[in-house]
Amino acid sequence: MILHPPILALVLASLIGCGLIAWASLFAWRLLARWDLASGAESQIALERRTYLVSTVMAFVMAMQIGALVLFVFNADRMAAMFVGAMCAVGTLNASVYGFPALYAKMAMFFAASLWLVADHVDGRGRDYPLTRFKYRLLLAIAPLALVEAGLSLAYFLDLKADTLTSCCGSLFTPNKDGIAAEMASFDAASALGLIAAALLLAGGTGLAAGSGRLPTGVLRVASLAHGAASLFVFGAALIAIVSALSLYVYEHPHHHCPFCILKREYGYVGFALYLPLFAGTALGAGGAMLRTLPLPASLNVALPSIAGGLARASVAAFALFAAVAAAIVWRSGLILIGG
Amino acid sequence: MGAWATRQRYLIDFAALSLWRHGARSLGLWLIYVLVVFVVASVILYGAAIRREANAVLDAAPDVVAQAMRMGRHEMSTGADIEKLRGLRGADRLEGRLWGYLYDTSAAANFTLQVPSGFDPRFRLERGEAIIGEGVARLRKVEAGKMLFLISPARRFLKLKVKQVLPLGSALVSSDLVLVGEADFRAFFDLPAGQYTDIAMRVRNPAEVGKIAEKSLLALPGHRMVTRADMRRTYEAIFSWREGVLVALLSGALLAFAILAFDKAAGLSAGERREIGILKAIGWDTGDVIGMKLWEGAVVSVGAFLAGTVAAYAHVFLFSAPLIEPVIKGWSTLFPRVTLTPTVDALQVATLGFFTVVPYLAAILVPIWRTASADPDRVMR
Amino acid sequence: MLELADVTKLYNQGRPNEVAAVRGVTLDIEAGKVTVLTGPSGSGKTTLLTLIGCLARPTTGRVRLNGEILSGLPEKFLADVRRRTFGFAFQRFNLIAGLSALDNVMLPAYPLGPPHRRLTARAMEMLANLGVDHRAATAVENLSGGEMQRVAIARALVNDPAIVIADEPTANLDGALVGQFLDIVATLKARGKTVLMTSHDGRISGAPVVDRVVAVADGRIAEAAA
Repeated sequence: MILHPPILALVLASLIGCGLIAWASLFAWRLLARWDLASGAESQIALERRTYLVSTVMAFVMAMQIGALVLFVFNADRMAAMFVGAMCAVGTLNASVYGFPALYAKMAMFFAASLWLVADHVDGRGRDYPLTRFKYRLLLAIAPLALVEAGLSLAYFLDLKADTLTSCCGSLFTPNKDGIAAEMASFDAASALGLIAAALLLAGGTGLAAGSGRLPTGVLRVASLAHGAASLFVFGAALIAIVSALSLYVYEHPHHHCPFCILKREYGYVGFALYLPLFAGTALGAGGAMLRTLPLPASLNVALPSIAGGLARASVAAFALFAAVAAAIVWRSGLILIGG
Repeated sequence: MGAWATRQRYLIDFAALSLWRHGARSLGLWLIYVLVVFVVASVILYGAAIRREANAVLDAAPDVVAQAMRMGRHEMSTGADIEKLRGLRGADRLEGRLWGYLYDTSAAANFTLQVPSGFDPRFRLERGEAIIGEGVARLRKVEAGKMLFLISPARRFLKLKVKQVLPLGSALVSSDLVLVGEADFRAFFDLPAGQYTDIAMRVRNPAEVGKIAEKSLLALPGHRMVTRADMRRTYEAIFSWREGVLVALLSGALLAFAILAFDKAAGLSAGERREIGILKAIGWDTGDVIGMKLWEGAVVSVGAFLAGTVAAYAHVFLFSAPLIEPVIKGWSTLFPRVTLTPTVDALQVATLGFFTVVPYLAAILVPIWRTASADPDRVMR
Repeated sequence: MLELADVTKLYNQGRPNEVAAVRGVTLDIEAGKVTVLTGPSGSGKTTLLTLIGCLARPTTGRVRLNGEILSGLPEKFLADVRRRTFGFAFQRFNLIAGLSALDNVMLPAYPLGPPHRRLTARAMEMLANLGVDHRAATAVENLSGGEMQRVAIARALVNDPAIVIADEPTANLDGALVGQFLDIVATLKARGKTVLMTSHDGRISGAPVVDRVVAVADGRIAEAAA
């Protein structure tokens, strides 16, 4: 293990997060067994009180997870200097077999926690807390993920050694190799940009439909679900576009396909401006769709559609920001990939 | 949206007034909070600055250095040794280096005397000329164009005209440096021709450094090969270990601080407890009180974080970290006079936040909730 | 407007020191009337007041406000109903020391997040109606007893509640101030507010402005006088 302050901070955050979620899921068991809102018994009142704590704790964990995800990537980039052959975060993540799995687990945790927060927010708007059972079942589903995430992070950091030989992004994101990364890189720029443009248009259209208050309920619901699916599509297409085209424009280099180097200072941290709206847009879109998969409780007749619509609009706004940043990258780049 | 934002504004307003009214009680905790941030920030800033300086040193270092060993101790290399390495494929800029230390009695300091690399035209020196580091210039009160006198341990006398003083930017690397020509160096230290302190070389392809070092070892079995990567790793190991020990010690302090914060947040005064009861009775719910209390924690945290970080910045970069330097003494023998280049980046600030604000907030969550879920009918009982 | 049906409140439920503070109370509070709950201390009248005012949830039984059942609502919504419907004045005034009279009056509206200017104007108006607007900037601990009570009533009224609840409002007041308090109650009644008080002060329960006196004993309604 490399005793490096950001690593210790990340381990600390993982342990605190995992501990809090473990505690919250113990509470979830108890709640699912005993929840009865109609009762005025002290035990029920005590349960209700504790839900305030759980909601606060989960919001705290979520904020910490977002911070940790950013810190994790940022730190991986900085630590590249320590590994033979590493140029950016890819090298650091590749320095241990647990590196990329830990990153994926952190990303999954981000999405899971944001879905939970959406459910929690909506639940609090219904006078009978109609989503409480769903929310706590979801929490129980997230708990193992949190455990896995903390375990992978810990394993990764314990496994890191300063003298590790690792491979850099150049060898991972190369079109003529095997694996997902190489396949993403082998996409030609024009079709990758076309794909993301189509995905964004789809997400924008469905999102605006889901976010407009004037359509009939059934249509809104379908639009919401479609927008959720489109958000996931945007996420995937955006990653492909970043690897196969956008990164090239950033580096102004026709063969450098790295989705991590764009996070570097040399490129003005432009990667953060791409990834943050992308992640936010995807989480918001998925959150809105999740709400629409649930049977509509009577007490949320007004609140749920309005929140789902708001989430869809916010998701569209985030994707629009992503699109604007991506367009600015292509516009300002000195590199001409298409039709030049 | 409007109502949400104004509500937050009211909560912040009340939290700030509440701190103002009850602040004296938690001033002690706040000062400890500032101290915790200060210490952790000092370690992080100092550690990062030292790492950066070390990397700056290493960036200029040769890829491979061959040092003659005899009975496990460093020996002089010879011109013949250099010849044995000549012709190694991939190696470049092969040369014998001359450097040594001189204890200067008048300045009571150690200087590093060195002959600049022949491959670096910036430092070409005639006989009787020298380029000196900023620290040497300061201690001996000389400047470019003036004369510098040195006396060797064997009472040999060297009179040098200062051609240039190295700029402050590279102070850590060069502060104690005296660059002299080869002839002056050999005469001063009484060193016969054909002897060198060690042998340095560049390797054109970074991927071949290991291979070249291996081949060099076959050519010169009595030597030890030190690659730049080795040195980087050695530094890294030293720093990691020391920083790890410090952080481990600090984590105990952090835990103690978190417990203290928990305790303080849990042990509200009767007055504050009554206030929460009143707020709940007149229409605030648990969420409002939690929000208000979290804002209170945020105000406390931001204040402590800023105060502690600014103090640590001044401590490390203006005063060269006098409070933690003794703890990290090992580093200071590597780097004689450390005036660190001030830089703070987002990574350090984020790390610091995770070490201080996160444990604090985690510690006060439960007490806040307990306070906030007071029965609203309590004030009437 | 407010109905209690067979309401019971237990404290320390299921433990050896379980207490039934209110047992099986059924009571209607009429809109626009002044009602006084009387009874010796420990009779349960204050607990009853907290159940009526949604400060606590009954262990069993139902509370209805304008036909809507409140007893099953979670705290969050109960608090919302409470701050929109009820204004509270307490026996010891329960003002927050260190804050000005104006700030104290504004407090109940904070969770609703009204625009600051409108809220300040509203709070000043409440203080002016009670003749204490000249003390608005004074810290409440520097006010006289009568002024404190007026500030406390102004605070109870800031959210324009339909029902004003006062717990032993005259316990800390001397003779002259009791008369002034009853004048305020008369004004509130004239403006259509429902007023509910607990008191064991004969000057209150015997006052002409009071429409109804309910005697409480041992957690039950002992008698209801018109």
